[in-house]
Amino acid sequence: MTPADRSAPLHPRPVRVLETRAEMPGCTTLRVAPADPADAADPAGACGFAPGQFYMVYVFGLGEVPISVSGDAARPGELTFTVMAVGAVTRALCAVRPGQTLGLRGPFGTAWPVEALTGRDVIVMAGGLGLAPLRPAIYHLLRHRDRYGAVALLYGTRQPRSIVFAPDLTGWREAAAIDVAVTVDSGDRDWSGHVGVVTELLKGRRLDPARTAALLCGPEIMMRFSAYALRDRGVAAGAIHVSMERNMKCGVRMCGRCQYGPFFVCDDGPVFSFDRVEHLFGIREV
Amino acid sequence: MVSIKPIRTLLAENPFFAGLSDDQFETMSGCGTIVHFKAGAFLLREGGAADTFYLIRNGVVAIESSSPAGGPLSVARVGAGGIAGYSWLFPPYRNAFDALAISHVSAVALDGACLRGKAEADHELGYQLMKRFAQVMLDRLQATRRQMLDVYGNVRTTDDTG
Repeated sequence: MTPADRSAPLHPRPVRVLETRAEMPGCTTLRVAPADPADAADPAGACGFAPGQFYMVYVFGLGEVPISVSGDAARPGELTFTVMAVGAVTRALCAVRPGQTLGLRGPFGTAWPVEALTGRDVIVMAGGLGLAPLRPAIYHLLRHRDRYGAVALLYGTRQPRSIVFAPDLTGWREAAAIDVAVTVDSGDRDWSGHVGVVTELLKGRRLDPARTAALLCGPEIMMRFSAYALRDRGVAAGAIHVSMERNMKCGVRMCGRCQYGPFFVCDDGPVFSFDRVEHLFGIREV
Repeated sequence: MVSIKPIRTLLAENPFFAGLSDDQFETMSGCGTIVHFKAGAFLLREGGAADTFYLIRNGVVAIESSSPAGGPLSVARVGAGGIAGYSWLFPPYRNAFDALAISHVSAVALDGACLRGKAEADHELGYQLMKRFAQVMLDRLQATRRQMLDVYGNVRTTDDTG
């Protein structure tokens, strides 16, 4: 949670749950702040992170899971996580209430290279809950909008009711600072938006491949198809960045649980440029 | 004053038909009419005779199917420049899905039987059409297969049992 934690990276610090919000069935956003007043008062302990990084979130008595921060890095003193219930710990996280205490270790891992993208057009492609780790990067792009060229968010999900951060999507679209396009795999007649896979949103879109960089997060197969579609449009593999997900234990490249070919996702990732991992995408066993 | 473009011009403006010759546009335009649909109107009905396909000029068309339990479900949307309807190309010439206008739609309706006849008489035209429709159908098939993968539904399960 703080740089000082690096001296004791396996030591969780307590945080208090401030607020919970159901995004959809089985998916909850938690806002937390340091439970220890000393942590809260310490400027270095103000829950700093870079967009794309993750924390190990500890439910006492159950276990830890790696969760990317989904909130704004410019809001000091608190952290936001969005969790899908897919196992024992994440189910418990989705059931926590304000006032409960959790443990945190981190932040860990690599970040979206938002500073390095200054001056470029940026395409953010998200699938399902993959929008959560990208949201801090989107906040950064919006806050420093004048530093970037055209910015587009292309978001695909299963159904209209599985859209996460719907108020944000509406706000970003209405503010018109970035181009927001949403597609679902299937929709009923109340859905007036696009239907189809997320790569469909690239079709017909003006894109200068030499200027364009992309940030991708979602299911691995979605990132693979999206990266290939971008590459087919001339975007260099080195300008495409993906966030990988693997089960983890230590978060500090000691246990090897998250090994991904020659990499440890906890430390070499989760954000990789596609040219570094493209060869691994084709290996089913990795 | 609103200028009304001839069918031939509308066909030539669509990237789908890029590369066809003037003669081929002239031949095809004889099979076309300009049509308009209010929101909520069907362009095509599932199981109905596939005697027409539509080149969408404006508006959005939902490609749908219905189930008794789930009601109508949209599996694709076709917007300006897109094509609605492929079944006119192949026997038994029956529409496989509904095509519903979800906004006001302007389109060029092309008579499938008319076009099939002209393609039979002019195999070069037939080849050019089949080449273009095959590409669009391949794109649609691949997109459909990716939708079927349900990638967002198959969330990685964690071993987060402590």
